[in-house]
Amino acid sequence: MNYRAIRAIYLFEMARTWRTLLQSIVSPVVSTSLYFVVFGAAIGSRITEVEGVSYGTFIVPGLVMLSVLTQSIANASFGIYFPKFVGTIYEILSAPISYFEIIIGYVGAAATKSIILGLIIMATAGLFVPLHINHPIWMLTFLVLTAVTFSLFGFIIGIWADGFEKLQMIPMLVVTPLTFLGGSFYSVNMLPSGWRTITLLNPVVYLISGFRWSFYGIADVGVGLSLGMTLGFLATCLAIVWWIFRTGYRLKH
Amino acid sequence: MSTIISVSNLSKVYGSGFRALNKINLDIRRGEIFALLGPNGAGKTTLISIVCGIANPSEGSVSVNGHDIIKSYRAARAMIGLVPQELHTDSFETVWATVSFSRGLFGKPKNPAHIEKVLKDLSLWEKKDSKIITLSGGMKRRVMIAKALSHEPQILFLDEPTAGVDVELRKGMWEVVRTLRDAGVTIILTTHYIEEAEEMADRIGVINKGEIVLVEDKAKLMEKLGRKQLKLHLAHKIDAIPPALAPYHLVLSEGGTELIYDYDTAGERTGITSLLGDLRNAGIRFSDLETSQSSLEDIFVSLVRQV
Repeated sequence: MNYRAIRAIYLFEMARTWRTLLQSIVSPVVSTSLYFVVFGAAIGSRITEVEGVSYGTFIVPGLVMLSVLTQSIANASFGIYFPKFVGTIYEILSAPISYFEIIIGYVGAAATKSIILGLIIMATAGLFVPLHINHPIWMLTFLVLTAVTFSLFGFIIGIWADGFEKLQMIPMLVVTPLTFLGGSFYSVNMLPSGWRTITLLNPVVYLISGFRWSFYGIADVGVGLSLGMTLGFLATCLAIVWWIFRTGYRLKH
Repeated sequence: MSTIISVSNLSKVYGSGFRALNKINLDIRRGEIFALLGPNGAGKTTLISIVCGIANPSEGSVSVNGHDIIKSYRAARAMIGLVPQELHTDSFETVWATVSFSRGLFGKPKNPAHIEKVLKDLSLWEKKDSKIITLSGGMKRRVMIAKALSHEPQILFLDEPTAGVDVELRKGMWEVVRTLRDAGVTIILTTHYIEEAEEMADRIGVINKGEIVLVEDKAKLMEKLGRKQLKLHLAHKIDAIPPALAPYHLVLSEGGTELIYDYDTAGERTGITSLLGDLRNAGIRFSDLETSQSSLEDIFVSLVRQV
């Protein structure tokens, strides 16, 4: 293992985060606070409780997931796309470093950033609503697994994208809608049964459900299923990344 | 001298079907400066990209100090520093950070003293805390060289190192390259500036349309192909070359005012003295004379045209 190279990439990426602190950390926190104001205060005053939890409290895990998903993808896709775009990728490709090490560096940094962000958002939420976490270890497990998985997913998008438009396309057109429809703001059980079935095809439902369970012990689907789906998605991303590096897809001629 | 890079039967076919390299065989000797010349699209950059791990070979193999570039890519790549043709730099990093990053990427422990030396050698020390985006093109080029040298490579690839660099700076870079060579680093450079190869290289390879056309010691190449020409400006126009001068195979210019004599610099006798004597005997007077030697550029152009 070329630990120094992993460290170099990781620190390089983290330095980028601190350099762009405003857009990396502050802006997601501000937008999450806005969700609290709009959904928590305005709508929450009409919906008193969901499955025994006040509405404001109920949406916290969903909001954290929303940020973690979008930020993981954004961080990782940009992290690998940018060197491709400006050409500095030549140095990564010509270095004595394995693909696995490249992934650890880039995905590790992207995931670290979104985990920090998730924790900051939770702390922010704590200022608005009373927060209790029933299963802290599971909460962290789901948080880390999701951050890593979606950072990998972002890494794949960053390699696939050959323009800034494509870089934005999947997060905007696929991930954000799936997250909004995945039960960030409501319980799937609140839906009419037909919609409920369709919603269960949305993978994000399982992520949010498991994560919410670790907070309040309530879930739309079984926790085991949530964990299984998360791990399954992780495995899929790993397989795609393995294929990318094996073939040099969009990286090497 | 032993071989440090060995390229055998290397071919590269791009997805479009374009054959960029065709069965290249090339040995680079340890410690030499090797200049790779060729017109645009000849395959210079493709060859470098494969050796450095940026492109995959279609067939054939390359070994660097005995390490296969695919099977033992770590050992092979650790020896190589690459300065690509295009100015690929981060914008918001400082010079110090980006050069230190390169050293880490190549798995070397921190060594601020070495980075300091590299930056000083390249006259970048004053700029070490500047963001790269604020630097001029010539400085960015030197930053890229500094990155390549940050991990103390045994082999340095310079792909068009002085493109877009002013004369003063170019001379400075040549100086750096010579210092490196004196320290035992093997240097492979591609260039469009023939005088650069002529000035710097120990050996020269010419590549054209994906094939190595020629590899030769520079001095031998100049000697072998170098012709000298003597041009005599005549005081009076003549209509024909007198028969007495036939053995010299002179050429009379179109206006009849110049005589051109080709001779071999490698020959023991140039024949100039006797030519001048015979001219006087023939009653031909000249007002001026000049000699010129074919440069590497002429050699290069004639080689590439032949193919």
